Formats: sequence, C-alpha cells, structure tokens
Amino acid sequence: MNENLFASFITPMMFGLPLVTLIVLFPSLLFPTSNRLVNNRLISLQQWMLQLVSKQMMSIHNTKGQTWALMLMSLILFIGSTNLLGLLPHSFTPTTQLSMNLGMAIPLWAGAVITGFRNKTKASLAHFLPQGTPTPLIPMLVIIETISLFIQPVALAVRLTANITAGHLLIHLIGGATLALMSINTTTTLITFIILILLTVLEFAVAMIQAYVFTLLVSLYLHDNT
Amino acid sequence: MNVPLKEKKLLEVKLGELPSWILMRDFTPSGIAGAFQRGYYRYYNKYVNVKKGSIAGLSMVLAAYVFLNYCRSYKELSESLLDCFASGGVSPDRVGLVHRLI
Repeated sequence: MNENLFASFITPMMFGLPLVTLIVLFPSLLFPTSNRLVNNRLISLQQWMLQLVSKQMMSIHNTKGQTWALMLMSLILFIGSTNLLGLLPHSFTPTTQLSMNLGMAIPLWAGAVITGFRNKTKASLAHFLPQGTPTPLIPMLVIIETISLFIQPVALAVRLTANITAGHLLIHLIGGATLALMSINTTTTLITFIILILLTVLEFAVAMIQAYVFTLLVSLYLHDNT
Repeated sequence: MNVPLKEKKLLEVKLGELPSWILMRDFTPSGIAGAFQRGYYRYYNKYVNVKKGSIAGLSMVLAAYVFLNYCRSYKELSESLLDCFASGGVSPDRVGLVHRLI
C-alpha cells in the first residue's frame, strides 16, 4: 500500500524512452491557436479568459514590466493546465517534481532580480535595508534581507511542489480508505466519500490558485525591479 | 479507373494487397510528422473547429489521455495486485483498490 502510494510520482518512462516529455507537452494540444477574428467556442473561451487574467495581472506594471506579459501568461496557463490535468485518474503531474518547479522558479526570479540590478542598481540595493531601522540593527538586517531574497526562488518551487503533491497524496489515501471501508461499515463509507468529494473540489481550486500565486509572486518580484 | 496502389486510401485497399500497401507508406520522420498533423487536423476540424462545438470535443481528448495513462500504469497496478495475491486472501475490494479510479 505504501509503495503504491508514491508510485504515481515516479517519472514515467516506457522502454527506456522518456514519456514525461510527451506528458509535459500534452497541455499545449488543448490550447489551439487561430488567426481568425471570430473563432470556435473553445478558442473564444480561452481568449476571453486570457484577456481577463492578463488585464488583471499586468495592470500594476509599467511599460518595462509589461514586456513580460507573454511570459507570465504562458506561465499561468502552463501551471494551471498541468495541475488540472493531474487531477484526472492515473495521470502524471509534472509539477509534483521539484526539479521542474525549480527549473521554472529560478530563471524567472533571477531574471527579475538581475533586471533590477542592471537598470535600477541603487534602488535594488536599497531593498536590502528597510526604511527606519535603528543603526545597531543594520548589519543583522542586511544579512536577513539577503537570505530572504535568496530564499524566494526556493520558496516558489517548494510551495508549488508541496501543495500539489500533498493534495494528490490525500486523494489517494482517502480514496483507498473509502474502498477499504466499504465492506466494513456503509455509513462511514458515505462520510468518507463525501470527504473525498469535498477534497476533490478543493484540489480543483488549489490547482488554479497555485498557478495564480506562482505567477503573481513572479510579477511582484518583477514590479519591485522595474 | 486504375488507381496505383501507393495512392489508395486504407479502406480501398484489398486484403491481399495490404502488406505491400503498408510497406509502401512513407516512414521517414517528415512522413510520420505529416501523418500526425493530418490526424490532428482531422479531429480538430471535425469536433472542435465548428460553429457550435460542445464539451464532447475536449472530453474525448481527455478520456483518451486517461485511457493511455491507465495503459501505461497497468503493469505496475497488476504487479501490486500480485503482491496482494501472494501475501494472503484477496477480497473483491482489493482488486478495485489497486485499479482504482484515482
């Protein structure tokens, strides 16, 4: 049972070929492109949603920050669709792998920070010391702020990994418990099943929220630095 | 009218000619890519790119995805089932537990 639980987080390979590449590329199939003014329902819905999200998210940035719009919108679409697809039975979720999330978080965070250091060096360095700190505390506070800066990409990646992995594990466990309880006591099974339903609804929400949070934080780091 | 074998569609090929028809197909990378592209556009134009497309167009793709993932993990699921058989009695619940829908 224990081995079964973590089996769904192993990178899928088939005959030594990395199947995981196909699985990572699969969400792009669900977002077709079109050159027309009036599209089919699928594309119209996706375009409406994308406009809504991009207006809401890019409105806080200045011109320089808004050049990141494409990157951030692709990011939220990718994480959102990958998380939601992972809720299907038997599927593999790439965002449960820490390696993948670090690969997304570190370059984006580093890009924002390096942009800030190149274009607004004084202001970026000033971020290391909050306004109005008493003089004796300054050395310690600079160290703390440096640590908090360098922990940002790790926090981004680990937050996403932990949330999605924990949700999937909970679903596996409670689903297994429901099945095991079926032969013992029907009322308890019903209660557990309702818990499973509520958990699945929560997971749908978490899937989308995590995508939003990831992208929002990257955009905040960007806002600080442009 | 005599159509050469190479240009016949699959449903028009007679059963005896089938092996030679398969061998004559284009198995170069660009040929295979072309086959995937044609298949994708056939599905897309039939079920998605229509005026009143419904949820079925997307659902069929997701159902196929679930099915392919099940096929991929079938071996592991049945191996853990064998472990259950070996360790003791197996109830019908256990079978469902292993091949469960989650």
